[in-house]
Amino acid sequence: MAIVLRSVETGQMAVMNSQLALSFFALVLVTTYLVVQIRLNLRILGSFVSPLAVIFMLTSSLLPSDAIPKSGAFHSWWIFLHVTALFIANALFALAFSAGVMYLLQERQIKRKNFGFLYPRLPSLERLDEINHYCLIIGFPLMTGGLVAGFAYASLIWRSTWSGDPKEILSLVTWFIYAILLHERLAVGWRGRRAAWLAIFGFSAVLVTFLGVNLVLKGHHTVFVR
Amino acid sequence: MCHIILLGMNHKTAPVEIREQLAFACGQKVNPLHILPHLDHVNELFFLSTCNRVEFLFTCGDLHGAMQEVKALLGTYLGTSSTVLKDAYFYIHRDLEAVQHLFRVASSLDSMVVGEPQILGQIKSAYREATEYRTVKVILNRLLHKTFSVAKRVRTETSIGSCAVSISYAAVELARKIFGDLRDKRVLLIGAGEMAELAAEHFLAQGVRNMVVANRTLERAVELARRFKAETIPFEHIHDALKRIDVVLSSTGSPDPILRYQDVKSRMRERRNRPLFFIDIAVPRDVDPKVNSIDNVYVYDIDDLQGIIDLNRQGRKKEAERAEHIIAEETLRFHEWLGTLNVVPTIVALRDKAETIRRNELQKTFSHLPHLSDSDRGAIETLTESIVKKLLHDPIVFLKKKAERETKELFVDYTQQLFNLSDGAEIAASSLNHVNVVERDGGDLLDSLKK
Repeated sequence: MAIVLRSVETGQMAVMNSQLALSFFALVLVTTYLVVQIRLNLRILGSFVSPLAVIFMLTSSLLPSDAIPKSGAFHSWWIFLHVTALFIANALFALAFSAGVMYLLQERQIKRKNFGFLYPRLPSLERLDEINHYCLIIGFPLMTGGLVAGFAYASLIWRSTWSGDPKEILSLVTWFIYAILLHERLAVGWRGRRAAWLAIFGFSAVLVTFLGVNLVLKGHHTVFVR
Repeated sequence: MCHIILLGMNHKTAPVEIREQLAFACGQKVNPLHILPHLDHVNELFFLSTCNRVEFLFTCGDLHGAMQEVKALLGTYLGTSSTVLKDAYFYIHRDLEAVQHLFRVASSLDSMVVGEPQILGQIKSAYREATEYRTVKVILNRLLHKTFSVAKRVRTETSIGSCAVSISYAAVELARKIFGDLRDKRVLLIGAGEMAELAAEHFLAQGVRNMVVANRTLERAVELARRFKAETIPFEHIHDALKRIDVVLSSTGSPDPILRYQDVKSRMRERRNRPLFFIDIAVPRDVDPKVNSIDNVYVYDIDDLQGIIDLNRQGRKKEAERAEHIIAEETLRFHEWLGTLNVVPTIVALRDKAETIRRNELQKTFSHLPHLSDSDRGAIETLTESIVKKLLHDPIVFLKKKAERETKELFVDYTQQLFNLSDGAEIAASSLNHVNVVERDGGDLLDSLKK
């Protein structure tokens, strides 16, 4: 609620520093989870997603909160598209990540024939794999669209599509990870453990791109985000 | 005094032939529920027949007479000429024991496979039938509804239903953890051991429609295929069959493994890595243990399954103890309700008397006052009603409260003398129909008292 209000108040999306971006992402994540929950009715996923959201919220409160000055550069449909599509895609990847963790836990128990506390509570392997799959096939086009919007926007204001900015490079790397995962899944028939690992790996790349660059490296995204 | 009697036989007390005979006779010849009007001593009757048990639950005033009647009925079902009607086959539970037994049956504590879920559904449909024949009345109605809620409580508060205790059941549970829905999965049966058959039956019960049988001797394969509505494939083709199979149930007498690492590994790519689950019940083993190390392939041999069962058995024992505790608690509660039933005739008599007096007096008064308008009459009517109601409120609450005590007979007696009521037993039969009404009102009163 506060996030939405702030967005309205400043007349732009509340993603203008790492703190806001992260808490906004937590909101998008929970919303996406709720939508998926309604469609798939899988409560246990919530117990993996909600800690993730909490971690994001906590991290966000540790981050610097000084907002960057308003600038005309923010008022564009491209940037709206860029941010929205990428955030939803990342939220879906976060769900795929959670499903991947659940898959690995459950698979390990079944493979080692050693059943613990979680065994009766987790859903079947095929179900988890399915979730992973759906999050990927919906998330990937969104991510692609978001990136394209970003590049289009860049070429609009800087007259160059590619400027070798670290965030751009890392985004492409992330995109390739997911592209490989999708390709292997659809064409080769990867599934199960390896796909779960790759989903986890992919989401780590997302986090690095999202946070690492904002906080550590400098680039022209820092015009927007400090 | 009203008795609740349960007479029955189950898989522990009677051999299957006798149970079959009785179940068949009840199903085909004459439905026992149909006979109830001809039984003088039996008031209410509930009849349950499943493949593992046949139970008669009834209420009666005269214990001895009712038992004679029901036994005679059983005699006609089983044929008196035969010597099968031995008391040893039957168990007879009275009153609280009967209540407890019914609760245990419904909670699946008395089942062959403890925790299996079908029994509750069977009791429910038996109850539906009994309500159609109108053979359950106040007591059994209440008892059966209580039974449903107890069974539900046991199911939700303990995990007795989630413990696999047979090898085949454990195998099916595992398959469900891997595949989720089994309906569109294919099962390959290699060899035809008894245990594999049992497991195949379990898979069938879980909705598996696609089964394939491979056996060295064709006749046996065909026989099994007919039983499971499966197709057969030559034994030599099992490796290629792996491409389109999801679960393999293997139980051959082969001294060497018939499925090796390379056999499976080389076919996983063609399967597009869809999970493959081997259940190897054979000793010595049919599936090379190394197969388990392939991605998305899971191999369970008989020891692994036995391990799960042992684990579950321990868990189940604990759960069963908790379930028994719940049942004991609920039995006691039902007992309390039965106790309140004893004071009900007196309460009904008290109300009837008050109501009769009210009506008579009202009539007298109205005949002296012909000039009253309809609304005035209505107002006076309401006034008298509420006076009677409020006056009787405390004595009724008092009786209900005492109903759970040992001394209730004394209070019932005093009340009857105090208000000059006729003997409770006489009106008991007719007034039982009012129990629900009193029950409802009384319940409200008790609730408000507790607050």
